[in-house]
Amino acid sequence: MMIKVEDLKKSFGDNEVLKKINLEVEKQQVVVVIGPSGSGKSTLLRCINLLESITSGHVYIEGTDIADKKANINQIRQDVGMVFQQFNLFPHMTVLDNIMIAPLKVKKVSREQAKTKAMELLGKVGLAEKANAYPDSLSGGQKQRIAIARALAMEPKMMLFDEPTSALDPEMVGEVLDVMKQLAKDGMTMVVVTHEMGFAREVGDRVIFMDGGYIVEENEPNQLFEHPQEERTQAFLSKVL
Amino acid sequence: MGVNPLDIIREYLPFFASGTLFTVGFSLAGIVFGTLLGLLVCFGKMINNKALSWPFICYITFFRGTPLYVQILIIHFGVVPAVFGQSNGILAGALALSLNEAAYIAEVFRAGIQSIDEGQTEAARSLGMSKLQAMRYIVLPQAVRRVLPPMGNEFISLIKDSSLIAAIAAPELTYWAQAMGAQYAIVWTPYLTISFIYLILTLTMSFLVNRLERRMATK
Repeated sequence: MMIKVEDLKKSFGDNEVLKKINLEVEKQQVVVVIGPSGSGKSTLLRCINLLESITSGHVYIEGTDIADKKANINQIRQDVGMVFQQFNLFPHMTVLDNIMIAPLKVKKVSREQAKTKAMELLGKVGLAEKANAYPDSLSGGQKQRIAIARALAMEPKMMLFDEPTSALDPEMVGEVLDVMKQLAKDGMTMVVVTHEMGFAREVGDRVIFMDGGYIVEENEPNQLFEHPQEERTQAFLSKVL
Repeated sequence: MGVNPLDIIREYLPFFASGTLFTVGFSLAGIVFGTLLGLLVCFGKMINNKALSWPFICYITFFRGTPLYVQILIIHFGVVPAVFGQSNGILAGALALSLNEAAYIAEVFRAGIQSIDEGQTEAARSLGMSKLQAMRYIVLPQAVRRVLPPMGNEFISLIKDSSLIAAIAAPELTYWAQAMGAQYAIVWTPYLTISFIYLILTLTMSFLVNRLERRMATK
C-alpha cells in the first residue's frame, strides 16, 4: 500500500474541512479526486504530504505514519512528488536549475548526475530546448511540464497533482495531460485532483467524488460516471458533464 | 575678515580627507555589521515562539523608536565605558550606527521575506528540502532582490546619519567642519564643503545600488 488515509480530519479554526476521510492507494494506481470547489479535495492532497498539518487521524506513506512526530517528513517527501495549480517554479533560477536544485541539495548527487537526469526529464516533457530559459519566459503549459519534471527529478515513488491544469489556458491543457498520461502508463502511482473528467475517465483506475469534507462516492470511472449511486454525485456530474 | 575661503579649505584639506575616510569607514561598518546583525534579528523576530521572538521585537522597538543621537550618547558615555573601562568615540560611533541600522534592516528583510509567495516554500518543502534549505536556496535569494531598493535607501540614510557621530568627537567629516567653523568663526565654507562631499558619497552609493539592481534584474 503506497498511501493509506485513516479517519483523517482537518480543521481550519472552527471550520472542519475534512470530516473523517478513509482512502487507500495501491502501487501503480491512478486515483482521481473530483468534486465541487470547497469540498476539501486540495486539502486532502496537501495533508498527504503534510503541507497541511493533520488535526486527527493518520496518513501512512508506505506504512510510515507521517503525523508521527518521529517521522522524518523531509525524507518522506522525497518519495512524494507534488505538482501545484500555480506551478510554483523558482523564478530566480533557470529551468535546468529548477530541476537540479533538489537532487543537488537534498539528495546530494553530483552535478553531472543531476544534469544528466534533468536533461533526460526535459526531453521526456518535450522541453529540452528550454533548459537555460527562465520560468518567466515560458507559457503556462510549459511551466507545468517543467514543474512535473522538477518533481520527477527526485525519483518519487508517487505523485500528487493539485488541479494541475486549472490555471492554464484551454489550448495548453492537452500538453500537460499528455505528460501525465504517459507518466501513468509508465506505472507511476498518482493521486490527481482535477476538473478534467475526460482525464479521470481515461486514465483513472478509481475516481473519488468528494463533497462537504466527505468522500461521497468511490468507484471505477465507468461505473461512477455512468451509474452514480449517490444523489450528490448525480447532481455534480449533471452539471459538469 | 579678509581670509580667502579657498585658502582655509586648502589648509583643512588633509583633515577633510581623513574625515571622509572616517565617514566612509563608519558607513561601511554600519552597512556590513548592520546587515549581518539585521538578518539575525529578522530571523529572531520571525521565530514562531513568543518567548523567543520577544527580545528581538524589543530590540527593534528600542532602536527604531528612540533617536539615533540619544543612542550614540548612551553607547558612548554608558555602554562602551562600562564594558571597556574607557570611552572610545570611534568604537562607540561604529557600534551605535551598526546597532541602529540592524533594526531597520531587520524590518526591511522581514517585509522582503514575507512578500515571497508561500507557494515557493511549499514547492521547496514538497521536494524534500528542510525549512532552512527552503529559506536559503529559494526564499532568501528572491527576497534579497526585492529588498535591494529599500536597502539602498537605508544605506544612503546611514551615510548621512553618520554625521551625528561628530557629537562624540569622532574625527569624521562633520567634526572637522565644526572645528574649521570654530577656528575661523565662519559658517558657509565648512558646511557647504562637507555637504558637497556627503553628496558625492550618497550619489556614489545610489549609483552602486542601481547597478547591482540592474545586474540582478537581468539574471
